[in-house]
Amino acid sequence: MVPVVFALAAVVAVVFAIVTIAHSSPVINVLSLVVVFFAMAAIFALLGMDFLAAIQIIVYSGAILVLFLFVIMLLNIRSVERLGSGRRVQALLGTVVAVGIGAAALTAVSLLTPTSGAVYPGSLETGTVVPIGRALLTTHLFAFEFITLLLVAAIVGAVYLARRDP
Amino acid sequence: MTDIPIPHTWVLALSAALFAIGTLGVLLRRNGIAIFLSLELMLNSANLAFVAFAMTLAARPDGAEAALAGQLFVFFVIGVAAAEAAVGLALFIALHRLKGAIDVDRVNILRW
Amino acid sequence: MLGNLWLIPILCLAGAAANLALGMLRANKRLVSIVGVGSVGLATVTTFIALSEYLGQARDVIRETYFTWIAAGEFVVDASFQLDQLSAIMISFVTFVGFLIHVYSIGYMHGETDRGYARYFAYLNLFMFSMLVLVLGSNLPVLFIGWEGVGLCSYLLIGYYYEQEYCATAGKKAFIVNRIGDFGFLLAIFAAFAAFGTSEFLGLREAVAVDPGGVRAAATVIGLLLFVGAIGKSAQLPLYVWLPDAMAGPTPVSALIHAATMVTAGVYMVARTNFFYQASPAAMLTVAVVGGLTAVFAATIGLAQNDIKKVLAYSTVSQLGYMFLGAGVGAFIAAIFHVVTHAFFKACLFLGSGSVIHACGGEQDMRKMGGLRKHMPITYWTFVVATLAIAGIPLFAGFVSKDEILAKVFAAGAVDLNHFGSLYTLLWVLAVAGAFMTAFYMFRAVYMTFHGEFRGGHEAEHHLHESPPSMTLPLIILGALSVVGGILIGFPGQLFHRPELNRIEHFLHPVMAPLAAAHGEVANAGQAAHGVSLPTEWVLVITSVLVAVAGWMVARNFYVGDQAFAPARRLAERFPFVHKLLLNKYWVDELYDAVVVRPFFGLARFSWKVVDVVIIDTVFVNGSAFAVELTGDFLRFLQTGNVRNYALSVALGILVLAVVLW
Repeated sequence: MVPVVFALAAVVAVVFAIVTIAHSSPVINVLSLVVVFFAMAAIFALLGMDFLAAIQIIVYSGAILVLFLFVIMLLNIRSVERLGSGRRVQALLGTVVAVGIGAAALTAVSLLTPTSGAVYPGSLETGTVVPIGRALLTTHLFAFEFITLLLVAAIVGAVYLARRDP
Repeated sequence: MTDIPIPHTWVLALSAALFAIGTLGVLLRRNGIAIFLSLELMLNSANLAFVAFAMTLAARPDGAEAALAGQLFVFFVIGVAAAEAAVGLALFIALHRLKGAIDVDRVNILRW
Repeated sequence: MLGNLWLIPILCLAGAAANLALGMLRANKRLVSIVGVGSVGLATVTTFIALSEYLGQARDVIRETYFTWIAAGEFVVDASFQLDQLSAIMISFVTFVGFLIHVYSIGYMHGETDRGYARYFAYLNLFMFSMLVLVLGSNLPVLFIGWEGVGLCSYLLIGYYYEQEYCATAGKKAFIVNRIGDFGFLLAIFAAFAAFGTSEFLGLREAVAVDPGGVRAAATVIGLLLFVGAIGKSAQLPLYVWLPDAMAGPTPVSALIHAATMVTAGVYMVARTNFFYQASPAAMLTVAVVGGLTAVFAATIGLAQNDIKKVLAYSTVSQLGYMFLGAGVGAFIAAIFHVVTHAFFKACLFLGSGSVIHACGGEQDMRKMGGLRKHMPITYWTFVVATLAIAGIPLFAGFVSKDEILAKVFAAGAVDLNHFGSLYTLLWVLAVAGAFMTAFYMFRAVYMTFHGEFRGGHEAEHHLHESPPSMTLPLIILGALSVVGGILIGFPGQLFHRPELNRIEHFLHPVMAPLAAAHGEVANAGQAAHGVSLPTEWVLVITSVLVAVAGWMVARNFYVGDQAFAPARRLAERFPFVHKLLLNKYWVDELYDAVVVRPFFGLARFSWKVVDVVIIDTVFVNGSAFAVELTGDFLRFLQTGNVRNYALSVALGILVLAVVLW
């Protein structure tokens, strides 16, 4: 049952990832990326990482991608751009390089022992909010506080960049 | 529900595929927003890799700590992605105001 | 004073510094004279106090270390002075003669501007400082500092009248020719340290004395290199060319630096490092051969010169040759003895010529002089006395010392020293011939200058006058020393079975003591002299006296009386080539010009026009800039300015890295 769900989610993720990069409409791109993220959340949940599954949907899909949608609507983009249009050498070489990177990564994965990292789905003790929250506020407190600082800086920068008149 | 384990290589393979697709998008799209979405895809493929290794380590007797660290990395990546999205989208708004479009091929003053 | 030897040179240095300051303040000459002469006078007094203290005690070597000058690993050099018999003799005559010449300079230089006067005395004081450091230094590097210091002062003073181009050129020539010798000296210091691990004279002497035969190779190398330095400084073949040109400087400078003190530094250095030469027959023979050849070579040039200072300059080169000839047969004491007496009579001659030039309004050509005897009697008589001394007339200073050298050379030939006996005998014959020529050209100078009628025109004759007391007083003192100086310090007592009367021989013996004879060979003519019987010695003395008198008489015959100059002219007409050869100094300067200077200029021009302009400037400098520009012109097309191209490059880089790092 678990492998079947995983395979389903994986297929959905790959298909919609392709739609994300290939479709000419930005809105469709964003929405298909939402689907990809949902599929990934499903995989997270499948592996027992409840907390990650939740924030994948709440923060990523719910906040960040919605921000993308807002910007697309704000700028009123109706691009009819085909994938790989424009510079042909760039398109050709880009394809080669991207496929090459994917092939290299897959080759690396194929060299690993498949059974060594068997997972026992749905039973990861550390996958819930309590241990993660405890680790965040104790061991990784500095990084946690620093990421807040980064976000503040990003917000201030964004406001500065996007304001109408300098 | 029977407990049939998922090999971590499957997750890693999915991660590799998503990364390649994301790279393709970054290299082939001209629309800035689309490039950004491809970037998000690449970031998430990295997240998947983190998760795969975390679950591998969790299967070991003393791997709880490492499994936790892997998940925390994902958490931080999401945090960085949020900051990046905020700044990046602000940049595109400024760019659109300047050029009337967000086609990155029209941003080419970075040369001689 | 012992324990404070540094006071002696420092007094002179302080005088130099004060005079430089006074020169900038344009102080008047009286003050400059007081400072310049006073500082040297104080140094002289200090020297003699130290000397009397030194003679009063046990006469050990006194070595004073002031601070560590260089400490680089094992190479440690102390700034230290050493007072032993040799340096005691050197500092006393250097300060004394130096003081007299400073006094003389007051009168001679009074026509200079205030600034020039102060500059002159500053340089002269600085020279005294350097010379004293040279003779007091207890190791090779300190000696070298003095060595370079006197070279610098020599350069500065030769070029004193730097407004005239030939003076500046002569200064440069002296400096550059000396560099060649200094190069050898420096190498010798390094070689000495490499071979013996020290540069102290005492340490080196001990190291060599342990096994003179065993260190023969090292001693030969070091001795020859040191002698290269001595050749430069003491104007020997083939580097003597700078000394005649150095006469461009003021005459007191010629007297002090280029006759009495600095040029004898080479002899001093060879005598100081005599243990190297004692250990090395080859180096010793080289010294003797170079010295003997120079003695004769320079004397022949002196025969035909008409410039009074040039005659004296070649005479100096020739006398220095005698000193080296003495050192080259192991008679280091005789060489130093000749250094001292030569300082007396040659300083007297130069100062006398200065007095003459002064009276003739700067004229140096003897053909335009004559008959000065009645106008300047003091100058005349002192000049004659000094001439008798240098010519080797018995009992005068030069006779005693020169005869000792000749006797030692003959003895070296007689006992077959180091199996080079026939060579030494040949050198003795040359040296006797040189003595004949010395007597001839010196009396020629006397007769041309002081006898006959004045040939410089009526106007000039009107201005002839005896020099002021500040100039004549040093002349009288030096003239007196030319008479008695020799007998006083080095009476040839061995001729009368009274060897103890030869004071300098006994005094210097500890410093020059022969090393233990290596492998049973006779390494030192000091012992060799005993191989000649007393009658033979007397025959030698009489020979040299006859030769000197013969030279005198020939000169008298040539240049005095109604027929003056006629015999000389006839001789020149009969041998026109020889006359031209001598008059033009064997064309050595022209030869050097053609062989060394011009090729060097050619090389310099080549380096400039081809190496610098074409290869370095055009090919390397502009070429590399052009190559960078050209590469940039092509590479800039990679900078499309398109962000996606850059992203592609990054991705490509990642892929390549991943594949490479696999």
